[in-house]
Amino acid sequence: MLKVLKYSFYDLVRSRWLYAYLLFFLLVTTGLVYFSHDLSRTMISLMNILIVLCPLIGTLFGALYFYNSREFIDLLLALPLPRRSIFLGKYLGLAFSLSLSLFVGISFPMILFGVLTSGLLMNLLTLLSTGIFLTFIFTALSFLVALKSENPIRGFGAAIFIWLFLSVIYDGILLLVLLYFESYPLDKFALIASLFNPVDLSRILIMLQLDISALMGYTGAVFRKFLGTGTGMVVAYGALIVWVVVPVLLFLRIARRKDF
Amino acid sequence: MIIRNLHKAYGKNPVLKGVDLELKPGCITAVLGPNGSGKTTLIKCLLGMVFGQEGEIVADGKEVNRSWLYRQDIGYLPQIARFTENLKVKELVGMIGDIRNQAADPAALISLFGLEPFMNKPLRHLSGGTRQKVNILITFMFNTKYFVLDEPTVGLDPLALIRFKELLVKEKEKGKAILMTTHMVHLVEELADEVIFILEGKVYFRGDVKALKEKHNGGNLEEAIANILFLEQHA
Repeated sequence: MLKVLKYSFYDLVRSRWLYAYLLFFLLVTTGLVYFSHDLSRTMISLMNILIVLCPLIGTLFGALYFYNSREFIDLLLALPLPRRSIFLGKYLGLAFSLSLSLFVGISFPMILFGVLTSGLLMNLLTLLSTGIFLTFIFTALSFLVALKSENPIRGFGAAIFIWLFLSVIYDGILLLVLLYFESYPLDKFALIASLFNPVDLSRILIMLQLDISALMGYTGAVFRKFLGTGTGMVVAYGALIVWVVVPVLLFLRIARRKDF
Repeated sequence: MIIRNLHKAYGKNPVLKGVDLELKPGCITAVLGPNGSGKTTLIKCLLGMVFGQEGEIVADGKEVNRSWLYRQDIGYLPQIARFTENLKVKELVGMIGDIRNQAADPAALISLFGLEPFMNKPLRHLSGGTRQKVNILITFMFNTKYFVLDEPTVGLDPLALIRFKELLVKEKEKGKAILMTTHMVHLVEELADEVIFILEGKVYFRGDVKALKEKHNGGNLEEAIANILFLEQHA
């Protein structure tokens, strides 16, 4: 598996898109710190960017990369390698390279602007880890979709729909439900509902870490009320891990049985 | 390697309906059949890229059953030579060697097919014939027991074709078992020890070239094959 990962990584490191992604984070982070002179506020802005962008890039890049790699995968399938290694290697290769761009692109300017001595290091780490989680989750989801549908246009459509659903539609539905059933106790429902959306979970996680009640929203407030900040974060991290592991296992399972 | 009673259907569309096949050392087996008769599917089943619904594939006395280690003994030349487009030929050769983790000997083949000027070019800049030569290179540079070739001569120029035939004869003399699908009749006539003709998912004919000619009383193989295909179309 490590060899497949290595060559996928080499292949990706040559791709211009990955550098564009890195450059974007470098510029945005630098710009935000430069204009606000406030690391804490920069992090809140970055959170809002990460929560939309990481899933979107993970989704688009994931589907694109998977369809582009079909020939390479066919080549690998005829070599003495277990299928699990091939597909896990491809997945990790992409997820690592995207995460690396994100990590370097944000932490490099942050370190330059003195985050290490500011006491905000934990906040930065939370921000980065949720961004990385979102990358891993949405890359896995889009790989899963791309593997399932041979037709790239359909695959792209489905992958983008998943992104749109979890980023926008899910929240809308949840909000409607909460409004409609206003007079009932909905705390536990909201708590559980937020576990089923990785985007929401990430937002809550960062909010709990940054401790900003004003931006927390209903689900975040419920999270803190029921679980407290510490347990809340543990639960949120746990749920994010499940969100990575389940799609990856499903992806590998389908790959194991598929005809190529 | 042995294939026994292999059945494969894509959805409701049956492709192979009970095919038997054996790869013998020092023997070149040619698989013939009209377009879409399941030749490529057969080969992919052999490699574990496609899974049949029924039947078994045995390598060295053991049923393959979704394991992967047996592929160490197989060199596979796929039909469409599309690889990772950004890689240079040299890098591709290095990469396949690294992933297979087996000793490779590319130098002799590179000079045999005159690939030296292309080694530093990315694959996307190569012509179809040159790609096919690269395809041959990365298949035959390993000392595997079996070679499975899907349309190996597509796009080759006459010189490369002659070199390729010499290569096949040499490998056969080394005791390799070679399976290939092809539409090139003279290639079959010159090289094949055994011919398997697949029609509608079943083995229609099995035997040597002479027997195939006699069965269809045509003087040459091309006519015999065309005859089978014609009868099939108008059956």
